[in-house]
Amino acid sequence: MDTQVKKKPGLKEKYRHMTRGLDWQTSYQSMDKVFPFAEFEGIKIHDWDKWEDPFRLTMDAYWKYQAEKERKLYAIIDAFVQNNGHLKVTDARYINTLKLFLTGVSPLEYMAHRGFAHVGRQFPGVGPRVACQMQSLDELRHVQTQIHTISNYNKYYNGMHDFRHMHDRLWYLSVPKSFFDDAVTAGPFEFMVAIGFSFEYVLTNLLFVPFMSGAAFNGDMSTVTFGFSAQSDEARHMTLGLEVIKFILEQDPANLPIVQKWIDKWTWRGVRVLTLVAMMMDYMLPKRVMSWKEAWEIYFEQNGGALFKDLARYGITMPKCIETINKEKDHLSHQAWAVFYNYGGAAAFHTWMPDAEEMDWLSSKYPDTFDKYYRPRFEYWREQEAKGNRFYNMTLPMLCQTCQIPMFFTVPGDPSKIAYHESHYSGDKYHFCSEHCKEIFDDEPEKYVQAWLPVHQIFQGNCFKPDADPTAADFNPLAEVLRYYNINFGHDNLDFNGSDDQKNFDLWRGMATQNQTGESA
Amino acid sequence: MQIDLRTVTIKPLRHTFSHVARRLGDKPASRYQEGTLDLQADVNFHYRPLWDPEHEIFDAGRTAVVMADWYAFKDPRQFYYGTYTMARAKQQEAAESAFDFVEDRGLIEMLPPDVRELALQVLLPLRHLEWGGNMNNSAICAYGFGAAVTQPAMFHAMDHLGIAQYLTRIGLELADPAVLDQAKEAWMNDAVWQGLRRYIENTFVLSDWFELFVAQNLVLDGLIYPLVFEAFDKALTRRGGGAISMLTQFMREWRNESVKWVDATIKTAAAESPANLALLQGWVANWRAQAYEAVKPLAELALGQEAGAALDDIATAFDRNLNKLGLSR
Amino acid sequence: MASTVFLALQANEDTRLIIEAIMEDNPQAELHEYPAMVKIDSAGPLTIRRVSVEEKIGRDWDLQELHLNLISLSGHIDETEDEMILAWAE
Repeated sequence: MDTQVKKKPGLKEKYRHMTRGLDWQTSYQSMDKVFPFAEFEGIKIHDWDKWEDPFRLTMDAYWKYQAEKERKLYAIIDAFVQNNGHLKVTDARYINTLKLFLTGVSPLEYMAHRGFAHVGRQFPGVGPRVACQMQSLDELRHVQTQIHTISNYNKYYNGMHDFRHMHDRLWYLSVPKSFFDDAVTAGPFEFMVAIGFSFEYVLTNLLFVPFMSGAAFNGDMSTVTFGFSAQSDEARHMTLGLEVIKFILEQDPANLPIVQKWIDKWTWRGVRVLTLVAMMMDYMLPKRVMSWKEAWEIYFEQNGGALFKDLARYGITMPKCIETINKEKDHLSHQAWAVFYNYGGAAAFHTWMPDAEEMDWLSSKYPDTFDKYYRPRFEYWREQEAKGNRFYNMTLPMLCQTCQIPMFFTVPGDPSKIAYHESHYSGDKYHFCSEHCKEIFDDEPEKYVQAWLPVHQIFQGNCFKPDADPTAADFNPLAEVLRYYNINFGHDNLDFNGSDDQKNFDLWRGMATQNQTGESA
Repeated sequence: MQIDLRTVTIKPLRHTFSHVARRLGDKPASRYQEGTLDLQADVNFHYRPLWDPEHEIFDAGRTAVVMADWYAFKDPRQFYYGTYTMARAKQQEAAESAFDFVEDRGLIEMLPPDVRELALQVLLPLRHLEWGGNMNNSAICAYGFGAAVTQPAMFHAMDHLGIAQYLTRIGLELADPAVLDQAKEAWMNDAVWQGLRRYIENTFVLSDWFELFVAQNLVLDGLIYPLVFEAFDKALTRRGGGAISMLTQFMREWRNESVKWVDATIKTAAAESPANLALLQGWVANWRAQAYEAVKPLAELALGQEAGAALDDIATAFDRNLNKLGLSR
Repeated sequence: MASTVFLALQANEDTRLIIEAIMEDNPQAELHEYPAMVKIDSAGPLTIRRVSVEEKIGRDWDLQELHLNLISLSGHIDETEDEMILAWAE
């Protein structure tokens, strides 16, 4: 950086020259044609110059600091690979969290990369454009470092081998996919509120802390390293998200109801996607970090509390879905895991029932609900498995039209009843897991009727490979769907007990400490 | 539980991801390959963009160029994020040393005043043109198809921003911040720059992102960089402006490196089909004519009497390169 | 009653002295240690001062170097060449 003692401009001023002065009001082509999407959402911006740049990073500083982070990260990934670091995890069940991450979350980083490239071109203000473009690059960094970190696991364990193909097809992966498709197809301002603010600021800790701490607690140093390295980028993203909200709200009071609606919608959509994380934290980590309930209380109720208190001066209120989330937090992970255990035949990761010690942990973390509503059925299922009756559901679940999660959620306040909501639109009936998902649909039905619901698509015959023959005598539709998914039956799916992963991990760990050789599964 | 760190030979079940293996066979793949191939969704989108309901989120139909496989495009530099940033960090360090050296030796003060003045007039308004290059490549990344071509476009966008910032810094080395306002005034109103400003604003409203690639990366930069950072640079140096040459070394190196990507992209698209070739030829002819006219006043400002000959050389070299890519003038 | 802001940093050799400098400059701050991570909570504004860090580490230090080890933060940021302040509006 510049060490000269001339009349040095301060950081703000220097950044202003380096960035803010670069654009101009076009005249050979009108500004509306150059920035065609700036107004259609109804957000009013009177003065783009009022934008305050968070973290005034020039490109040379970006390259310098990011390269240093990359060097450190890849050195650790290389060491991990060389030392068979995967054998140091607590137990092989942990690896299923990485399968869920790579198939469910990593493709979203790629979507963010492209989405931020779009808003990085479309916002008329040069300050936000530059910040969005840097985020676009950062998101590319995330997807690639995730792929590179997990690449080594893919060589030895099942379920991760076709993450792109699966993300676009599998029934539970349409949940994250539709979330990001929804954001990217919205206008640029909604995209920023959805992703920059609601996801990157409000909810980010609820995604990253569980996965990264989970990695740390379970001996996966490469993922921990990736996690910490990515988090430093996240700090810049968070400040961008917060600045976007401030800026929009300060520009015109008419923007308030639009922004509030988006915050409500996207907090809900985000929390629904985090169902997968809740289940991961409570059921899939051999060494658990904290419960979903605890994470929610720290990262949303406390941290989020300070944030919304700050935003109250603009008239922003807590998202209205909070009450529902509070009622669900004692039930969410158990209900979700029960569904995946049921549908373990059609999932590209293993499932299993918790053992006695794990059930005691769950009792202690959920004293009001676990023993009363969930332990009895889980113990029954464990018994059945021991008798050789490990059950896999062979029918297909009904999905919520908006969040696309199977409709297993119970009525808030009454865990004995499944929650059903519906809307009629254009001659058809649509189904929802909650009043919030229904409201999102009702506000923009033309958008949400387009959704590619995996279960509907299966029933319509759109989930078969071209060479599938429904007229054949031995045609097995569910098997054909799994083939369409590229799930290797008996390897990627079914229970952890008896899996290749289980056998291989034990075999290889044994090899690291003993002298005999053995064949892998 | 302590695990012995002795490395054990364990046979992997597979060498790479299935989608990579379908293309390259089940053998170990490079980080570039694993981080790029098939990364973009191309099927089962959930909603149409509100801002472009005629197309899917990612849609090959946003360009008239047709490819059987959008991953036929390769970046010869094989840049993924890690190798990209590390390459630029090295270049940034060299640039930083150059700025420090020039400052410490007081080389700016030693510049002949007319050289200093000419450098300001040529280089500073150019930062706005570079900003246009940033906008256009951000658009190519956003609306392009396939990670193979969109990934390097984002790198290219940020490179243009970096160069715009280096040009700004050169301005601040040579003079007071007021000079930036003057440069903007020139960009907006001086005859020298209007052709280029019109050119770049016309590119801002292109709907075909591949045509944009041709207009910006192949044609415009194909004339501007040889003119400003080679011909003008040499002319300045002959007149005692070597200090400025030090400060623009980043731009030269960047151009020599990134042009390999630009050329490879054009070559691949042209070789795909006669239809693509005809399309590209049409675009090149159209934009080249405009760019050549737009650049003339700048060449005259920068090179005076030598402008004509220099532009001829640049045009000849440009056309020769087109031939190498399978196109003709 | 001021809202809490926080700064989370990786816990390693590079950050040890940075954290010391921050804790000294902010008597109201609380330090929480986790595996490989440190969280500094502060009721009211948290200030990171370049000069304080430079005195500890014995070399020139750019505030932006904080990016190398930053994990997360909360509050609005006010950044100059000499200090970075995290605060919620009161």
